[in-house]
Amino acid sequence: MNANNWGQLITPQLSDLNGAHHLSEEAPVIEAIHLHKEFPLRGTGLLGKSLSVHAVEDTSLALRPGQGTALVGESGSGKTTVARVLSGMYAPTSGSIRFKGQTVNIRRWTEVKAYRRQVQLIFQDPFSSLNPVHTVSYHLSRPLRVHGHAHNAREERQQIISLLERVNLTPAAQFIDKYPHQLSGGQRQRVAIARALAVQPSVILADEPVSMLDVSIRLDVLNLLLRLKDEERLGFLFITHDLASARYFAEETVVMYAGQMMEGGPSEEVIQHPLHPYTRLLLSAAPDPDRIGTDLGAKRAETPDAQLATPPTRGEPPSLIHPPQGCRFHLRCPHAMPVCSQRFPERTDAGGGHWTHCFLYGDNNQISKEDE
Amino acid sequence: MTSQTLLEIKSLSVDYEAASGTVHAVNDVSLTLERGHVLGLAGESGSGKSTLAYAITRLLNPPAIITNGEVLYYRRKNADDTAPIDILELSRSDLRAFRWSELAIVFQSAMNALNPVMNLEVQITDVIKAHNPNMGAGARKERALELLRLVGIAPDRLRSFPHELSGGMRQRAIIAIALALSPEIIIMDEPTTALDVVVQRDILSEILDLRNQFGFSIIFITHDLSLLLELADKIAIMYAGRIVEMATREEIYRQPRHPYTRGLLNSFPTLRGPRRRMTGIPGSPPDLRSVPPGCAFHPRCPYAFDACPKIVPALLHIPTGKATPDALVACHLYDPSLNPDGAESVLDSRPDDHREASQPPQVELSASSDAGGEQ
Amino acid sequence: MQVTNLTDQNIDSSSILSSAKGRRRGILSVLTSNPKIAVGVGTVVFFVLVAIAAPLLTPYDPNATVVNGSLPPSAAHIFGTTGLGQDMFAQIVYGARVTLLIGFTAAIGSTMLQVFFGLTSGYFSGVIGDTLNLIINVFLVLPGLPLTIVLASLASANAATNSNDTVIALVLLFTSWSYGARVLRAQTLSLKERDFVAAARTTGESTLHIIFAEILPNEIALVAATFVGTFVYAVGAEVALEFLGLGNTSQASWGEILYWAEANSALIIGKWWQFVPAGLCIAFLCAGLAFINFGIDELANPRLRVERSRRGRLLSRKSKAVVQ
Repeated sequence: MNANNWGQLITPQLSDLNGAHHLSEEAPVIEAIHLHKEFPLRGTGLLGKSLSVHAVEDTSLALRPGQGTALVGESGSGKTTVARVLSGMYAPTSGSIRFKGQTVNIRRWTEVKAYRRQVQLIFQDPFSSLNPVHTVSYHLSRPLRVHGHAHNAREERQQIISLLERVNLTPAAQFIDKYPHQLSGGQRQRVAIARALAVQPSVILADEPVSMLDVSIRLDVLNLLLRLKDEERLGFLFITHDLASARYFAEETVVMYAGQMMEGGPSEEVIQHPLHPYTRLLLSAAPDPDRIGTDLGAKRAETPDAQLATPPTRGEPPSLIHPPQGCRFHLRCPHAMPVCSQRFPERTDAGGGHWTHCFLYGDNNQISKEDE
Repeated sequence: MTSQTLLEIKSLSVDYEAASGTVHAVNDVSLTLERGHVLGLAGESGSGKSTLAYAITRLLNPPAIITNGEVLYYRRKNADDTAPIDILELSRSDLRAFRWSELAIVFQSAMNALNPVMNLEVQITDVIKAHNPNMGAGARKERALELLRLVGIAPDRLRSFPHELSGGMRQRAIIAIALALSPEIIIMDEPTTALDVVVQRDILSEILDLRNQFGFSIIFITHDLSLLLELADKIAIMYAGRIVEMATREEIYRQPRHPYTRGLLNSFPTLRGPRRRMTGIPGSPPDLRSVPPGCAFHPRCPYAFDACPKIVPALLHIPTGKATPDALVACHLYDPSLNPDGAESVLDSRPDDHREASQPPQVELSASSDAGGEQ
Repeated sequence: MQVTNLTDQNIDSSSILSSAKGRRRGILSVLTSNPKIAVGVGTVVFFVLVAIAAPLLTPYDPNATVVNGSLPPSAAHIFGTTGLGQDMFAQIVYGARVTLLIGFTAAIGSTMLQVFFGLTSGYFSGVIGDTLNLIINVFLVLPGLPLTIVLASLASANAATNSNDTVIALVLLFTSWSYGARVLRAQTLSLKERDFVAAARTTGESTLHIIFAEILPNEIALVAATFVGTFVYAVGAEVALEFLGLGNTSQASWGEILYWAEANSALIIGKWWQFVPAGLCIAFLCAGLAFINFGIDELANPRLRVERSRRGRLLSRKSKAVVQ
């Protein structure tokens, strides 16, 4: 008897069940178009060239109602920066953000403010995302007041209670006057989610929402987010380093490395038939109990339909202050070609919404004459 | 106890004294570690796994007190050669000699364990100098370079400072320091939790390589059970300060017995197989200041029955047949005197029973029709 | 100038709240729960009450000459009389008013400046933050006590008798605020990187709200500690100025008592009652304030609290946090 048979539930609403991997065709709510973000380093630039951290390069995303998009990458991949630019916390160095098809003019404060209302951020660390000196009630009342959702104290309290119930913190009256240090990690994260919901956004950006929680409560919180996505038709950007939870939660998965987008498409497609060497590396490195019995020190088990073998690749993500030229993965890639260090490959469509940026699959890999 | 036993922990208990009362962080824990084996300790917050590790190495500070137990260390390979020594009873000078040369520890966050104002060479040679005062400076440096080579750090980083190294390299440096005196036991407390998944995989395979090369034993502490399933020979699962299950990794994977283990295994979304809604374990790990009576897990357990809130379950031996050692489970389902029907009947009849309010209306399927799920 | 060491530790105002066990306990119970704070507050409150109740405590006018010359303590004059024949006890209790008032005014004003400059220079980056930081640094660099003396002596040369106190208070205020501002700035710089500040921004809070309603409450322990520290400094500096003769010499205050004691060579002659009572009062007041600061230290940093087990054993202080 297999352990994973315990607790199975199959819910008809869960999308992409055993077959159709199509993504929603609805118009996107939030779009990032060719976002580019650099952070200038202070202290440089007075004598000599000013340095900056090239955090995000030419990233485009579309978030649709009721659909989850997972942004997968390791540290330094730029995924958190993308989230913060999308939430309006940072202005992009170049590129634009569209809300319901209209470009948001970041120079006009009213437009930015209206945009920020539609996008809310949930942070990774439940211990630092709540202010330790304020109660749960305070945390939830602020968005209601700032955005005018409640007109008097009674309405406010009612809305706070209903928010707590939406995130399964019941009985609500028990939690209203608690301070963050009196709550467990999972409860704090739920309060953070409730706070985001209080603004009544169209899209929620969740930055590794469960990676700092205990394993046994991660699923609870993930399932809560799933319910919010499916029942309330919220759009989600789900940032994670764990491909398995990306598959569980999101219909679409995008893989980033060192600020560049490497591959993307329907989650099932990307995970079962990964194209980009980096995606394959991630998959081979992910903990997979089905591999049990294989000594870690020995040759890695191949994925079922690996066309390209992925040997163990040493190395870590590069510095973003002096990033490698061209495709930033080329230094670690077992299939690197000369053109990979010259320029970043164009997008290749593999069908069914699955795309990648890799010279192995397309984009005439001749070195262009200008680069010689 | 066989000639292969290296470390034997007997009934170890650690309490924290606080003004509000006594907290039993580790409660009557018994374990054995064989030579050259990897013992995995899995648990979440409040399970006591880190406290256990620090107790073994006597790194606990007041208000933590070891209230009971022995930690027996068998140095010689022949069991009848010498009696074991109790680490908890060692004198301070013996303890100093014992530490690091026999037992080393790799801490969770390398950045906190490395001295930020000393370079790698100094930190490694310091350790060597402390235990081998007669070794010359040249020999020490040679040893340091050898250690760096073993863990995969380029020799030109010998004089680097911790902040100049990446996270993965820092962790490797810590492992190099742990290996400096060729210890018999290395305790690793969440050594790769803060690292990216690719680096983590690299470091874990290096650790196993080193183990194969040098034959030391490892106690690997982590909250990530899926990692242990690939890494450890034997896994002990802790909950609220007690061991609730201990078995080989095959047994844990193929036939998890304790409901908590089964819940944990069901808490990891899978990369392959059909996508379906999973349920994990409702509730959260208990606050050690107010542990539920009887079996600490019973409020979250879908199979709890009337004996569970009353009696603390003892570890029962379950024969697994073949040549593998018995599995140990602390669960009343396996106690024939309390549950005459046997565990399997209970576990099979109710494959899930979660009172998860957030779930939409469920379509329950019996276990058999989904037997093909993960294969 | 006492600069607290609270920034070295991980100050967490929430630990003050956790000592109140989550229920809404008032300031009173927080104050009395810690013995050091209780002692310190008790001392300060005692002196405040003495100052307020001065007319009830003594029938004498502190400035009136009642006897000839300086008499040792007796039944009629508990603390004896000054060199000018004034009742010492009356001088002490009325003098408490002046000393406390100047100290308190300087401390309040200084703290307000500290909070304003410290928080804003820490929160704003770029030109605004740099400018505010520059202002703090300029005041920091000004030599405090010499400047104080110079300003006070200029003022006493020109001013009428009453405004002298105001001048002293203002001078102390302006020379002391920059230390605390620096400390608050450091704490703010660290706090503004916390996620809850970013969360407040994405919720749409205004900058003013974030600084004063989100960040400041987390720094209350530090603000309280620097307030108390400024108070101590103000009392000490004020006494010093008066001792040097830069204060209002015809007014009774603890510093003036010492001035006149020095002028009358009381130490040499052996007339100890001319300076010992005032000196002790100053010492006790400052000690009480210091106790309040120790208590705040303990409240804010749970690791410094002394835990007593149920069996009454005294366990070590600064014990490491629970390892888990």
